[in-house]
Amino acid sequence: MTPRPRNGSRSADACVIGGGLVGMAIALGLQRHGLSVAVLDEGDIALRASRGNFGLVWVQGKGDTQPAYASITRRSARLWPDLAGRLQEQTGIDVQLQQRGGLYLCLTEDELEARRRMLARMRDAAGGDYPHETLDLPQVRDYFPDIGDWVSGATWCPEDGHLNPLLLLRALTERFRAQGGVIDNGGRVQAIDRHGESFRITTPTGAWSCAKVVLAAGLGNRELAPQVGLSAPVFPNRGQVLIAERVRPFLHYPTGHVRQTGEGTVQIGDSKEDVGFDSGTTTDVMAHIARRAVRLFPLLRDVRMVRAWGALRVMTPDGYPVYEASRDCPGAYLVTCHSGVTLGALHEGPLADWIARDDTDLPLEEFHAQRFAL
Amino acid sequence: MPNASPFERLPNRSRAQVTVFVEDEPVEVCAHDSAAAAVLAAGLLPSRTTPADASPRAPYCLMGVCFECLIEIDGAPNQQGCMIPVRDGMRIRRQCGARDMHGEGAHDHA
Repeated sequence: MTPRPRNGSRSADACVIGGGLVGMAIALGLQRHGLSVAVLDEGDIALRASRGNFGLVWVQGKGDTQPAYASITRRSARLWPDLAGRLQEQTGIDVQLQQRGGLYLCLTEDELEARRRMLARMRDAAGGDYPHETLDLPQVRDYFPDIGDWVSGATWCPEDGHLNPLLLLRALTERFRAQGGVIDNGGRVQAIDRHGESFRITTPTGAWSCAKVVLAAGLGNRELAPQVGLSAPVFPNRGQVLIAERVRPFLHYPTGHVRQTGEGTVQIGDSKEDVGFDSGTTTDVMAHIARRAVRLFPLLRDVRMVRAWGALRVMTPDGYPVYEASRDCPGAYLVTCHSGVTLGALHEGPLADWIARDDTDLPLEEFHAQRFAL
Repeated sequence: MPNASPFERLPNRSRAQVTVFVEDEPVEVCAHDSAAAAVLAAGLLPSRTTPADASPRAPYCLMGVCFECLIEIDGAPNQQGCMIPVRDGMRIRRQCGARDMHGEGAHDHA
């Protein structure tokens, strides 16, 4: 399955552009179909959303205005135990998947009521099958004895969870390489040209030829997509994350804003800022994030912060993914989303199956980028 | 406590001494030392165990980067010893695993 040189360029059955969580999950799924796969990654100067994300495998509230997104999100969550189990067996890496449910904590009655209504609408849209509960403060205390008195309540979804995104990326990469996959970090892809039935992809260190090309380059998809007759209207949205020292377990379920990792690290988010390609941090946003975390869990007030970073989400105008095969250039596929962790099992499974076989039961027509041109 | 320290002190600054207590044992150290230097001078090895797998560690970078010197100082857990100067009477203890935010009497602001 190792790609071999041919006519001065290297070749593979499929080239995946982008070596983050999205690209690696798809690359691994394509290998299941016996394809030789190369991942073309920009290198360490890339924006690397996969290194900066929060690590939630999150269901509740996702797709409140798009039932198909709610559906694929839940499907991915159901597929996660199998993928995590295979990765553990194949690589020895435990990605620390935990899916025992999660809570979205609300600090005001209005916020809680708005979420209760939103999730009720989603339950209706799902024909009654959308498990969740609205909890008042005493009920939240059953989950979190350390919850703050300012909290109004929470919404609970038993399908929520989290994992360690860095261990996941490492496990995907190790498995991919162990099966003969090639990761070419030669730099940003410069051009994708169609030659007959195949594609020629030019990078700073040489060229690749392949029958299928998958665009999984995050924000880089914006420039790549038009080269294969597609459109990727993606833009950056910054999230800042605070990391506290490791403490003994006090948070046994993830929340939308605070989670504790398997090693005890406390990770605190989330912010949403439109600041272009600036992935830095700012004092005012970090202070806001910290203040909210201390209101949620007062015992965090004197925990020591050890790191903070900004990372850029890959957003579309409606926040939902783009999954689309090119009509002009058959064999080219566009995959872009801002939930590379949650959707990872979908990408390794049914989505890679679609790319390998050009056939799927996924409602992909809902995720074409043409929806933005209407 | 046996002094197993291989660190030799160079006579380049004031020799004023203070007494700190490392796991309750009095240790004479230079007044300008850091708590991590006191730990090394006292030969407290390991000076912490890790939260992830309880493996033994000791001060390493001595410049605030590696967090290997985490110790308990005057009842406050997870202190970066290399960034904190000694004080006369300071009480230093091993940091065993992760800090427990519950029941930190000396550190409770409530």
